[in-house]
Amino acid sequence: MTFNPLMRAAAVAIVALTGATAQAADITGAGATFPFPIYSKWADAYKTATGNGLNYQSIGSGAGIKQIQAKTVTFGATDMPLKADALKKDGLVQWPMVMGGIVPVVNLEGVKPGELTLDGETLADIYLGKITKWDDAAIKKLNAKLTLPSAAITVVRRSDGSGTTFNFTDYLSKVSKDWADKVGSDAAVEWPVGVGAKGNDGVAGNVAQTKNSIGYVEYAYAKQNKLTFADMVNKAGKHVEPTVAAFQAAAANADWANAPGYYQILTNQPGEASWPITAATFILMYGEPSDKAASMEAIKFFDWAFAKGDKMAEELDYIPMPASVATLIRKTWADSIKNK
Amino acid sequence: MTDMILQEGAVEAPTNAWRAKALASFKLGDSVFRLLAQIAAATVLLLLGGIIISLIIGAWPAISTYGFDFLTTQRWAPNARPNPVLGGLGPIYGTLISSVIALLIAVPVGLGISIFLTELCPQWLRRPVGVAVELLAGIPSIIYGMWGFFVLGPMLADSIEPAIVDAVENIPVLNVIFAGPASNLSLFNASLVLAIMILPFVTAIARDVFNTVPPVLKEAAYGLGCTTWEVVRRVVIPYTRVGVIGGVMLALGRALGETMAVTFVIGNSFRITGSIFGPGTTISAAIASEFAESRDLHQSALILLGLLLFVLTFFVLAAARLMLMRLERKQGV
Repeated sequence: MTFNPLMRAAAVAIVALTGATAQAADITGAGATFPFPIYSKWADAYKTATGNGLNYQSIGSGAGIKQIQAKTVTFGATDMPLKADALKKDGLVQWPMVMGGIVPVVNLEGVKPGELTLDGETLADIYLGKITKWDDAAIKKLNAKLTLPSAAITVVRRSDGSGTTFNFTDYLSKVSKDWADKVGSDAAVEWPVGVGAKGNDGVAGNVAQTKNSIGYVEYAYAKQNKLTFADMVNKAGKHVEPTVAAFQAAAANADWANAPGYYQILTNQPGEASWPITAATFILMYGEPSDKAASMEAIKFFDWAFAKGDKMAEELDYIPMPASVATLIRKTWADSIKNK
Repeated sequence: MTDMILQEGAVEAPTNAWRAKALASFKLGDSVFRLLAQIAAATVLLLLGGIIISLIIGAWPAISTYGFDFLTTQRWAPNARPNPVLGGLGPIYGTLISSVIALLIAVPVGLGISIFLTELCPQWLRRPVGVAVELLAGIPSIIYGMWGFFVLGPMLADSIEPAIVDAVENIPVLNVIFAGPASNLSLFNASLVLAIMILPFVTAIARDVFNTVPPVLKEAAYGLGCTTWEVVRRVVIPYTRVGVIGGVMLALGRALGETMAVTFVIGNSFRITGSIFGPGTTISAAIASEFAESRDLHQSALILLGLLLFVLTFFVLAAARLMLMRLERKQGV
């Protein structure tokens, strides 16, 4: 029985390993790529402040929903909110965590961030493949001052299902009947044209790499990758730049208190200063978690993020949830998540 | 004497018993070994069968919904209302086209390299060139993907592809195959990356089979006054034809299934444009980019695509095996 000591060593090692992981139990979450920059920033600060880590995998909203349904993570994150009946069916609790803007980004020689202006219909026509050249009359009309090349537009969009796509196509459906009829809005749609890239970072990388291209990303990705974002014309017909103030103006319209499961879509909001493609990103957790301690730890993190994370969110051009909404959400936690 | 005999008998008896015991234990050891080896062999078959069965089970909803239409439908609309419309023609087309273009490029170059290595190369250069080819095979596929994305893609889209598009503008058929607008991420880019990836396979196998040509045949041909080209054309290639084709099939098998590098550079578009400068997708790229977010029928359709790839690759590899077996038999004679 020469292997006995070996087996004993292996057993000891296994115990030691599992013991170690149990001790350093990170909060685990997975989902949307849209809020990944701010979640990782919060996670860093939270680790410094409390010693507890957060392991967030930005695998996409749809995958986040699937992971939480499979109970492999403590929380799921999605930009595509679940409706109240879907939440009820799975016993999930949902709340908005942070808001942000989705911006069109372009790669055009000689065009700097904010110099190009687009409106909803033009953007929809580009993504429908109806506008194929940068010097198309519709784009020229909005940009009288720019000299645009007579080059073919390379459309970049997501290849994976995505909450960013959901909000983007939701906006296009609201502003273009053609888009609503032919494509519609969903996390993954049947794209008429374009090349597909994986994740917000994939789209950002593709646009940075491809001349005469256009894509759409969460504003933080545009900023971090120093991409040329475009201004938009909003529902009120006003020209707006993607700024925190413009995102906030759109977000101010949301009526969180009366939305079951906090289901709110913030695209194409009224108001002269509103950025048209604004979105909230949501967290999903079980109302009756099987691992109460982990659920507790996660809630502690979110509570801390609402209390201390606003400034960090603003630094990355996200819009923190208003204090009144945070209070509502804290009440939801107390009422609906049984982790005591 | 009797004493002696008795003694001898006494000595012999335990020896026999010991020998029988030893033999028995050998026999036991052997049968245990045999059993273990059999189990190991059975595991492979079980795994293979298990994979096929689980693929079929996973793909069943899609098979029963779409049937053979799946193979001829181009539309891929997982969000269509009321029911998703999913057809595999786009990825199947992309898989076949990118693999065929990759072969068209890699086979001549690979054969050229191996002919150079076996017939023309000075002895001192053989090793460096051989090692360089083998190193190509060792580079992880994601590196090829990154190279295709950052270097090859812009180069093709900015200079090479527009030049070809302009050159063939007025030639029928060609102006469809090589139609603009040139895209960084395209079927052509993916095919080039694949060609480089399968080049080492073609080269290594071709070199090995070229080395099996008996020197006496080549020397006889040279003795008759053949040029090197004639020796290669009339002796080496005919002698090794089946082996070379087997190697090409193995390379094709690899090209069909390659995922990461292709997903990076192919553009992930399900539409068939007819132009190889436009984006496309392959079966494995489609699965890699959509599987995580898929559910229900969408997921089942992706699994069905996987099953189709499995079947396709199986036939390619089976054909390669068959040809290699025929070569071996020929050599045996």
